[in-house]
Amino acid sequence: MEHIQTLNTRNLCESAKNGGCGECQTSCQSACKTSCGIANQQCENKAERK
Amino acid sequence: MIHQYQMDGLNIVLDVCSGSVHLVDEIAYDMIGRYEAESRDRILSAMTEKYGHREDVTPEELAQCYDEITALKEAGRLFSGDTFEPMAGELKQKTAGVVKALCLHVAHTCNLNCSYCFASQGKYHGDRAVMSYEVGKQALDFLIAHSGSRRNLEVDFFGGEPLMNFDVVKRLVAYARSVEKEHGKNFRFTLTTNGMLIDDDVIDFANRECANVVLSLDGRKEIHDRFRVDYAGNGSWERIVPKFRKLVEARGGKNYYMRGTFTHANPDFLKDIQVMLDLGFTELSMEPVVCAEGDPSALTKEDLPVVMKQYEDLARLLVQRRREGRPFTFYHYMIDLTGGPCVYKRISGCGSGTEYMAVTPWGDLYPCHQFVGEERFRLGDIWQGVVNTAVQDEFAACNVYAREECRTCWARLYCSGGCAANAYHATGSVRGVYGTGCELFRKRMECAIWAEAVRGLDARGKAGGAAPESDEKKAGREA
Repeated sequence: MEHIQTLNTRNLCESAKNGGCGECQTSCQSACKTSCGIANQQCENKAERK
Repeated sequence: MIHQYQMDGLNIVLDVCSGSVHLVDEIAYDMIGRYEAESRDRILSAMTEKYGHREDVTPEELAQCYDEITALKEAGRLFSGDTFEPMAGELKQKTAGVVKALCLHVAHTCNLNCSYCFASQGKYHGDRAVMSYEVGKQALDFLIAHSGSRRNLEVDFFGGEPLMNFDVVKRLVAYARSVEKEHGKNFRFTLTTNGMLIDDDVIDFANRECANVVLSLDGRKEIHDRFRVDYAGNGSWERIVPKFRKLVEARGGKNYYMRGTFTHANPDFLKDIQVMLDLGFTELSMEPVVCAEGDPSALTKEDLPVVMKQYEDLARLLVQRRREGRPFTFYHYMIDLTGGPCVYKRISGCGSGTEYMAVTPWGDLYPCHQFVGEERFRLGDIWQGVVNTAVQDEFAACNVYAREECRTCWARLYCSGGCAANAYHATGSVRGVYGTGCELFRKRMECAIWAEAVRGLDARGKAGGAAPESDEKKAGREA
């Protein structure tokens, strides 16, 4: 019996090793302007995505 | 830290620090909830007592489930610890002084008189004014000069109503385009407009030059026209909707958001989303009103359960329409589990006052558009740069670990510590916590992750019991 399915996600601990280029969009710029969320931001550095 | 919740037949377990998302059966869900507090034997015995009557549940099966959980823990995908705190502020330190985004207030005036406007009808509690070309050009030069090695620079034409100063907007874009290559930059422009002045010239410009266009529409005509009226008190819906449709049709797939505000008048905002969809708009955003407590448009405690239900039903609608081949986007449900931001971004706060600032028509710098007009937050100007370093330091120190409440919140790596302006307006401090905003945010994240999980299951043909029309079962539990 399969009890647990793990979705494919970016490993945040791994991203600590090579992230932080800072090219991604400023959090609320260009969209909502009245609340903050970063979950919907895209990583701009595809080479570093891990 | 983990967060467990159930929605429409899915048992979802988030491992906060690794970012892992697990879909589990009811036994694993139960076991995970007890895992850190109880011994193996005790858990297995409790599970046997609870599920032993089921034909498919054997002691071996339960032990196997327990071992699966242990394996995930050992792999760092469950109960992972927060090891990021020492990195908090590191990115900001590394990029201190680098600015990558400006909100240009090209018009502190507006042709609508919306009583709920956080910018007090575009005037930001000050005088009416428009930005001159010279001030705007200096702002762009300031951005280029302070952007360090950043290639992508964001500029939002904001107001008030920016199209009341459209000629300057066009000239500023032409200037930016004429210098971006020599500086190795790529400007991304956004236009945020109420639509009243959209014409063919604006459409042509916006679709050619703007990476994004934000169009203000509150949904139902009666809801929109309740607040979004001209100075004669006439609603604007009839005038703007045809213009928005024409602009979006001509946009050819480029980014736009139909952005609504919901207030105490329409906590049932899903009806407004539905109107937007019926009008043919598919890129949608709907934001809770920002105003003082006690304002007639402010959301009340009684509104919150209604709002929460809207978020759940909106997620179900998203799934349903995706399955029907009529997808749409809701800004707060866009979540890319595999390609989202790195952990530096997630712990560094929103960037207001450091990498992002607002520029007034007079060239003054503020931490963000929501602080414009609050004199104590004035950072400096586009000629001298930031001179009020005490306030900038206050903003630079905003990160996920700056607020005690965030340290124990499962959603902290999805919100990055929240909106400094919301915190300030709710508590008087940018380091405060706007509790209602947090509640809404957590609900949005639960719904967004649920919808993403269903998408993954649908893609694999295993949607199971995740039917969008089924009843939602809520049982959030943190560990």
